[in-house]
Amino acid sequence: MQLPAGDADRPDPVQRLAGADVLAPTVPVPTAVTGRHVAQHVPEPVYAISVRGLVKSYPGPRGSTTHAVRGVDLDVAQGETFAFLGPNGAGKSTTIAVLCALARPTAGHATVAGADVLSRPHEVRRRVGMLFQHSALDADLTADQNLHIHARLYGLSRRHARSRAAEVLETAGLTDRRRSPVRTLSGGMRRRLEIARALLHSPRVLFLDEPTTGLDPHARAQVWDHLRALRDRQGSTLFVTTHYLEEAENCERIAIIDRGRVVAMGTPLALKAAIGDDLVVLRTSDDTAARRVVRGVVPPDRAVAADSGGVSLRVPDGSTWIPRLCAALQRHGIAVHAAAAAPPTLDDVFFHHTGRSLDTTERHPTPAAPAAPCATTSETGGSR
Amino acid sequence: MTDLTVQAPDAPRTPEGPGAPGAAAPSGDTGVHGSGWPARLRHELRAIHALVHRDLLRLAGQRTHTALMLLHPMLYLLVLGGGLAALIPRASLGVGYQTYLFPGMLMMTVQTPAIMVGIRLITDRQSGYLRELLMAPVSRATLLLGLCAGGTMTATAQGAVLLSLAGTVGLPYDPLLLVLLLGGMILASFTITALALALAVSLRRAETFHTLLGLIMMPLLFLSGGFFPLHALPGWAHTLAAANPLAYAVDLLRRCVTHRVPDQQAAASIEWAGRQPSLPLEAGLLLATGVIALLWAARRFSRPE
Repeated sequence: MQLPAGDADRPDPVQRLAGADVLAPTVPVPTAVTGRHVAQHVPEPVYAISVRGLVKSYPGPRGSTTHAVRGVDLDVAQGETFAFLGPNGAGKSTTIAVLCALARPTAGHATVAGADVLSRPHEVRRRVGMLFQHSALDADLTADQNLHIHARLYGLSRRHARSRAAEVLETAGLTDRRRSPVRTLSGGMRRRLEIARALLHSPRVLFLDEPTTGLDPHARAQVWDHLRALRDRQGSTLFVTTHYLEEAENCERIAIIDRGRVVAMGTPLALKAAIGDDLVVLRTSDDTAARRVVRGVVPPDRAVAADSGGVSLRVPDGSTWIPRLCAALQRHGIAVHAAAAAPPTLDDVFFHHTGRSLDTTERHPTPAAPAAPCATTSETGGSR
Repeated sequence: MTDLTVQAPDAPRTPEGPGAPGAAAPSGDTGVHGSGWPARLRHELRAIHALVHRDLLRLAGQRTHTALMLLHPMLYLLVLGGGLAALIPRASLGVGYQTYLFPGMLMMTVQTPAIMVGIRLITDRQSGYLRELLMAPVSRATLLLGLCAGGTMTATAQGAVLLSLAGTVGLPYDPLLLVLLLGGMILASFTITALALALAVSLRRAETFHTLLGLIMMPLLFLSGGFFPLHALPGWAHTLAAANPLAYAVDLLRRCVTHRVPDQQAAASIEWAGRQPSLPLEAGLLLATGVIALLWAARRFSRPE
């Protein structure tokens, strides 16, 4: 157990694990991200979640062992919104199950909301709220009844259960549907009801396992609005797992998990800054020739690709390269139709650390990276 | 699992003070963070109550389903009982056939909802609701006890509805008889629920449970003495019946009737080496079977993941 005080103990904006590259000495972290957070953190003496060397293995088929989590260390400060980003099967849900004292760790230890998950599981469960990956409501009961049973399971008195249920229904915007059977509610409403239920016993830490899986974009946005409001109004500590990049952007810090290991951890901006390279895309009259020219201009270790989308390459400070590249191309008589430089996305971060892309459907799904290739002006992302 | 009251020195207890985030400090009057055995016990009892409450809410919410479940034994009682009453001579049973059938039908009425508890444990596991229950800060044995109590309660409630038909089969509405039969049904419901849970706790698929039930329910019912006297069976079947919990449940209910209405002296069913065991012994055996099944189920259920 660590007993830090003040913001000096905050986890480094970027924690690199063994094997990862050495980071640039200064990592720009905008105060807008950490400012509110530090202010809340000062009076809190302990981390909301502290995990050391967590390992969880299951007996697999024919005597083999499945290693779901292979040694995870992390700290989440009080009031922080922390995301676990990784593909399906990376060990996200297993880690959460251990942190909620639903499963026993094979090795290592974890302290959640001031209680050890192994020695005091009941206390951990009393102090955390949990939103499961798959809906866990009794569809035959009404919203009110689902909440009441949850409250009583957590030992609330009847009077207190009633008043808390009314409060959380109000917060979730479901007061007018409280007498509706759950099976008549829409997917987004059910999700909000589940979040409301998870908050019923006033938990200190809220775990959200894939909170928006299976929801349409509108309902997803609603759920995130709801979560942001909770964070801002009540200062709840949120631990979110997701495989949606744009959701991870909503969080203050991200741990990228792959095959049971945390491969990178930090704020979204710091993680992207650590990669450093912008994506520069040029559209020219002759992409094949342009690729040859560009290759002669940029440092030799840079890969330059040419495809239907134009010539693309990754360089630090992409916008400053555009005039030089354009001048070089002009000298060779190649006309440049469009040039754009985009800062790295979280998917680039994920690719950098795991060698795979998390998002296979769209090239640039994150709203933070508006990489419109036809833009004639260069764009380096004002935040950097 | 037991260490709920001891606080480590490095973990200050809520509320931390004015600086704590709003969500972190539950208000003081809830008893949620109370310490000591009384508080712990209160939490476990509240969890049991929550599960019983859930079952009663479901019972009230699913009126069609409940009515259909009740219709089954009523049809047996009125159609089968009414049809066969003319064929089966009173002398062979000691009572009219409908009267004879009544304890068996009471048992059948409580058996269906009691077994439903086992099915619901499996469907709750499949739907994910079980994880919500497992997250509750109480011991898993308590959760299982709550499920069992809920099943016993709903089963007895449905049995009580059928009990109101006692007059149609020629039984008097004697308060003590009704109380005795109700007590017998509670005991039978408890044991059948516990057995269903013991079966369901290690199964992952509802289909397996259904198949298994289909396989074992028919012989159990026919060897229960509910439809016809066991002495009509060959000797080996009679021996098997002596190991059938349902036979004890039916016998218990039938002897409650005999106890209060001596002229309704039905033929004895269970015999150990030609002698009928005493009523308290039968009740005790039924209770012990239920308790052992429940303990076994709780042990399986509490195994850590």
